[in-house]
Amino acid sequence: MNFGRQVAEFCRRDLLTERRAGEVISIVTPFGAVALMSFPLAFGIDSALISRVGPAVFWVVVFLFTMQIALRHSAAERPHQRAVIALLGVDPFARLMGRTLAAAVLILVFMAVLFPAMILFYSPDLPEAWPLALVPGVLAGIGLAQVGTLAAEITAGLRTRTTLAPLIVAPLAVPLLIAGSQALESLASGGSILPWTVLVVATDLALAVIGAAIARPLEEASL
Amino acid sequence: MTIVRLRNVQLRFGSTPVLTGVDLDIYPGERVGVAGPNGSGKSTLLSVIATLRSPTSGEARVLDATVGGPQAYGVRRLIGWSGHEPALFEELTLRENLHHFARLAGLDIAEADRALHQVGLEGAADRRARVCSNGMRRRADLARLLMTRPRLLLLDEAHAGLDADAIAIVDALSRRTVSAGGAVVMVSHDRMEMEKLVDRVLTLRDGRVEP
Repeated sequence: MNFGRQVAEFCRRDLLTERRAGEVISIVTPFGAVALMSFPLAFGIDSALISRVGPAVFWVVVFLFTMQIALRHSAAERPHQRAVIALLGVDPFARLMGRTLAAAVLILVFMAVLFPAMILFYSPDLPEAWPLALVPGVLAGIGLAQVGTLAAEITAGLRTRTTLAPLIVAPLAVPLLIAGSQALESLASGGSILPWTVLVVATDLALAVIGAAIARPLEEASL
Repeated sequence: MTIVRLRNVQLRFGSTPVLTGVDLDIYPGERVGVAGPNGSGKSTLLSVIATLRSPTSGEARVLDATVGGPQAYGVRRLIGWSGHEPALFEELTLRENLHHFARLAGLDIAEADRALHQVGLEGAADRRARVCSNGMRRRADLARLLMTRPRLLLLDEAHAGLDADAIAIVDALSRRTVSAGGAVVMVSHDRMEMEKLVDRVLTLRDGRVEP
């Protein structure tokens, strides 16, 4: 089986599992919406402030909850299942890519649900060209899936997994968080999204290179 | 030519020695059992033979590849392993699980359907793994091994939780493997039960294999 088909097979399996278990749709997304809704309540009646911070709060909520998605999703494979898959001669990077792709789909669905909710709760003053910000936004979502899957793989089987994973995630996700939120800010002030898009593409590529380099040793360590 | 050749294989988990000097030769056509009490290191030994764990010291060669070396990745697809727990994904049906493994192994999914039929699971194939009994899940795991036709078959407590029909499947699977020039290594704490399924039984004691 070639690399692309292996990637597609892992992605398919994970999405089918998610469709049946419904963790992202039925558990994480409602909590994300509640988190988004609770900020305006905390800010009180200052509607100008609420409108201004809306996109930034959206990205903070996306960042926090997508890590939950990626970590929960990646924890679904147990050591003996990994062993059996390794014995089928599967390329570990294909496995990592397939799982990342599935996490990216889930994260983008999560973002697609939360973005209209953010507009509803915060009434932000979006620039006319706001759809352009979807480009770095989607790429940042893919990057967050990469970060979350990598962190889950690095900490697989460790007792300190739940503590260690966020510490790995935080520094790696900073450029994605900045690029995602600043793209919209830049459009609002008449600037370009290009530098933010370049930043997020560079981060995504760097994460992919790191994944390719460490997929094999990570798999060996987790068996 | 040996299929498995272990020389003074030692393995430690931190400061705890698990294997303290295992010597073992397994030849094509052999069915070998390794008996020992719980915690004696049987599963660890099996994971070394499966190339999934490298020894701390000593020489381990499996299907002409050194365990821990780059060649080991290439021979992994020739090894079939059934562990304590069936490697099924709970939310997928038995058929979807088998199709998943078939696709990853580069096999036609018809092979998976055939294997499910061989283990008598065609009627339950569309049930999710999580609602199946342990016996059915073990059978589905055996179907995976029937489908992938390994040259080296590794069975960890193969007969635990299986009825007589399923044990007959294990026996047929291991006979097919050895008649094709392969070998079978089985580990269990139940020496008497294992004696019915293998040609010779060794004992793992104090981290060493004894006749």
